[in-house]
Amino acid sequence: MTESTLDPANASYRHVIPAGDWWVHEIKRGETLRILDLEGNQAADTLFYSAADPTDRYSADGTIQAQQALYLTTGTKLMSTEGNVLLEITADTCGRHDTLGGACSRESNTMRYAHDKECMHACRDSFIRGAQEWKVELTKRDIACNINFFMNVPVSPEGGLTFADGISAPGRYVEMKAAMDVVCLISNCPQLNNPCNGWNPTPVEVLIF
Amino acid sequence: MSLLLERTLTGAGMWSGVVSRGKRLRLTDIEGGANVGMLLYNALERHERYNMPDTLKGQHIFYLRAPYCLHSDMGRLLASITEDTVGWHDTVCGHSNAAGVLAKYGDHDYQHARNEWYRNARDCFLIELAKWGLGKKDLVPNLNWFSKVVADEAGKLSFVPGHSKAGAVVELRFEIDTLVVLNTCQHPFDPDPEYRSHPVKLEILEGDAPALDDPSLTIRPENLRAWENNETYHALRF
Repeated sequence: MTESTLDPANASYRHVIPAGDWWVHEIKRGETLRILDLEGNQAADTLFYSAADPTDRYSADGTIQAQQALYLTTGTKLMSTEGNVLLEITADTCGRHDTLGGACSRESNTMRYAHDKECMHACRDSFIRGAQEWKVELTKRDIACNINFFMNVPVSPEGGLTFADGISAPGRYVEMKAAMDVVCLISNCPQLNNPCNGWNPTPVEVLIF
Repeated sequence: MSLLLERTLTGAGMWSGVVSRGKRLRLTDIEGGANVGMLLYNALERHERYNMPDTLKGQHIFYLRAPYCLHSDMGRLLASITEDTVGWHDTVCGHSNAAGVLAKYGDHDYQHARNEWYRNARDCFLIELAKWGLGKKDLVPNLNWFSKVVADEAGKLSFVPGHSKAGAVVELRFEIDTLVVLNTCQHPFDPDPEYRSHPVKLEILEGDAPALDDPSLTIRPENLRAWENNETYHALRF
């Protein structure tokens, strides 16, 4: 747990992402992005791209490999597919964030829950829409494995994997400083079938300093 | 099952090919200590690809073994693990790259090393992907057959040396026509300070699609639902 030294009153940008919605925005090198869990237990599914070259994008396996650990927290460098540092987590009052669980999709909901869940809202649809709004040439191929801020996916030494109840709470946040110009794409997870957001999607706020 | 292809891949080698539904791909670790990095794509719709998160969360596991399945990012199955004498295969640690190989094993030039010149898994993937019209956008977390990596309570990862023994086998049955892209570079966490060539035997065999009581489909209801999605796909497509 690391508290931030930044005062929200000094943020240059603030935006509330409503429950289930998406957001795409550029963060310049040296700027800090804070994601604030307003009501607690919300999953903020997040992708990053190099603003200059979107094929250089967040790599879940590259980030796991660089730190030889699964969970993200203060000090974790978020790595790109080209081996660059995109951002570094500088403050975190939640303590653990997931990058194994990926994002829900309408297609995977049919596999995970039931065929009749196909009609429900899902993160990968939100990612696709957000990516198109940033650069029209981006497609599903550009949607890779993401970070789930505020989500708890514990792995046991025996290799079990569970979606546990969230460890976040109202007002918890994570902050990361951009090491290069990046584009952040967030799907504020609309999932209603598992405890990743307490079966109750709620808004998150993004602040840029 | 008749043998369609038999090939010995040298360590740090690469291979790609389309394997149709029902056929089996059998990998044998010839000397022990091998690693096979693998990416999988629907052969006809190549934007559909292996998805590590859906594979793990669909089966509530952190590693792979028989009779688990390999899920795509479209709610379908690409392949099932039909035989496995290893019991634990990694899919979260990614693959080696040129900078990592240089840092770990040192500089090594072609003029002296000739065909022993060091390769890395990322370059091997990109070279083979390009032959099928794919590229950097298609690089996603891969499978690492024969390699075991465990996590402690804090999420710290450790590689288990000596996990795969000589003669170890893993066999996949494809559930959809699949583009297979693989290389035999060392696992990125392999603590061996030497760059080693671990050869792998690759065989492709004739086979059939599974019955509904197949262990890969019955081990998890998620796998059966994904397989039903495959059936719908095949009914519409062919």
